Amino acid sequence: MDSYMIETVAKVMVVLLVFSALAGFTTYIERKILAFMQRRLGPTHVGPFGVIQILADGIKLFTKEDFVPANAVRPIFMIAPVITAATAFIAMTAVPFFPQFEVMGYTVRPIIADINVGLLFVLGAMATGLYGPLLGGMAQANKWGLLGGARTAIQLLSYEVVTGLSILAPIMLVGSLSLIDINDYQSGGFFSWLIWTQPVAFFLFLIAAYAETNRTPFDLLEHEAEVISGYATEYSGMRWGMFFIGEYANLFTVSFLTALIFLGGYNDWAFIPGWVAILLKVGFLIFLFLWTRASWPHIRPDQLMWFCWKVLMPLAIVNILITGFVMMLI
Amino acid sequence: MNIDKTNDRNIGNSEYIHIAIDDYPTTPMQHFKQVVKRGFGTELFGGLKITFGIMLKALFKRQMHTLKYPQEKLPVSSRYRAVHKILGLLESGENRCIGCGLCEKICIANCIKMDTKIDKNHRKEVSEYSINLGRCIFCGYCAEVCPELAIVHGGRYENVSEQREHFVIKDDLLTPLDKLSTQVEYDGFGAVSPDADDKIEKTPLSY
Repeated sequence: MDSYMIETVAKVMVVLLVFSALAGFTTYIERKILAFMQRRLGPTHVGPFGVIQILADGIKLFTKEDFVPANAVRPIFMIAPVITAATAFIAMTAVPFFPQFEVMGYTVRPIIADINVGLLFVLGAMATGLYGPLLGGMAQANKWGLLGGARTAIQLLSYEVVTGLSILAPIMLVGSLSLIDINDYQSGGFFSWLIWTQPVAFFLFLIAAYAETNRTPFDLLEHEAEVISGYATEYSGMRWGMFFIGEYANLFTVSFLTALIFLGGYNDWAFIPGWVAILLKVGFLIFLFLWTRASWPHIRPDQLMWFCWKVLMPLAIVNILITGFVMMLI
Repeated sequence: MNIDKTNDRNIGNSEYIHIAIDDYPTTPMQHFKQVVKRGFGTELFGGLKITFGIMLKALFKRQMHTLKYPQEKLPVSSRYRAVHKILGLLESGENRCIGCGLCEKICIANCIKMDTKIDKNHRKEVSEYSINLGRCIFCGYCAEVCPELAIVHGGRYENVSEQREHFVIKDDLLTPLDKLSTQVEYDGFGAVSPDADDKIEKTPLSY
């Protein structure tokens, strides 16, 4: 029991540290890739190619004044960023990042808690994270913040349905909610990946994932051109930073989820060992997130609702029905 | 970047890309068709392709629009009218200015002030010369009217100093004696045209 406790605490620490650092580093990657796609240079001055720009940003964020506006609801305003950051990391507890490996005769399973409702837990915890922008936006006594918070609510209501329904069809095929089982289901090589049997579900889940992590086509919560900075208008310093650590941690969670559910997870892929394969897939998905941000325009909130309720949800239901009929017939 | 590009005045609309704007949909069916066309067509992926191509060009062909300004500067056209320069004679190092006062006279912002005296060679010499750059509107009349091509417009567009008075000193504008060899003949506003020699005709003295 003790060794189990120590192992879990160690895993938690590793996940926390690695993904906090990665969240910071992804901002650098994002700025660089966006810059290149817009014929700019991006950060160049701090360190070689601007690599340690994130360090400078971190110093700035940490040393900024922790400011609470006069009419804000103080406790809620202060706790809202913590909700986003915390739930983003809580969601990672049920995600298996790598295949299990042995260190000095000791088998390490790179998942913090292999619970049998893993997928449900991850999606639930990530959805809880939307309370951060919602509460923060409503507590800050700012109209832009209020609009950002309202948009959080409608966005959550819209995409969460699609996420759940789109993921249902693969779950029906696999017959388990554990991400490890879903991964093992696709161990038969390239053509056993669920993207080939569930392409519609893959695209629906990917679209919903953009809304879930509020990345650009559905970046309504903090749409600069419309609502200044949305829910983050009055935030500054590390409280603002926590929102973004949460956002980037969510980005990684969603990328890992997509890779695990649809792209064959950490199974060996031809000559590529499993842990490299999943890193490649996650890397590509992250790049895809940045790529679309540079290419596509935002959409309006009413367009998002229209799109989620009138297009994606019927598609997801039809997909579930067809999957069900095919499973009954075969 | 080549300077010829900035000298090219022939800016037409030849490089414009005209976008065909379709009629806006009015009926629900037309809306639906538009959604299908945009959602399942290649328009979204066309956008992805463009940005990816731009990224590759930026990374491997260095096609950047960014200019690291203090280290890199865009070339300035020779016709650009920035802070004045007063040129010297290459051979003797003397001032080109003959103190005729035309620039002071023509200056519409009244920013040029000069004082002259007769020097020991019985030549008119400029003792004081100042251009108040706080008043100057950089119209270029002084450079155009100067018969000796002594006062010209340079390319120094970074007018930063603690005090405006720093720019009115003649010594700043005048080419220093040791820099005379690097003095470039002015070919901008008011300068003699390159084929001026061919245009010279004999002064008709017969009438």
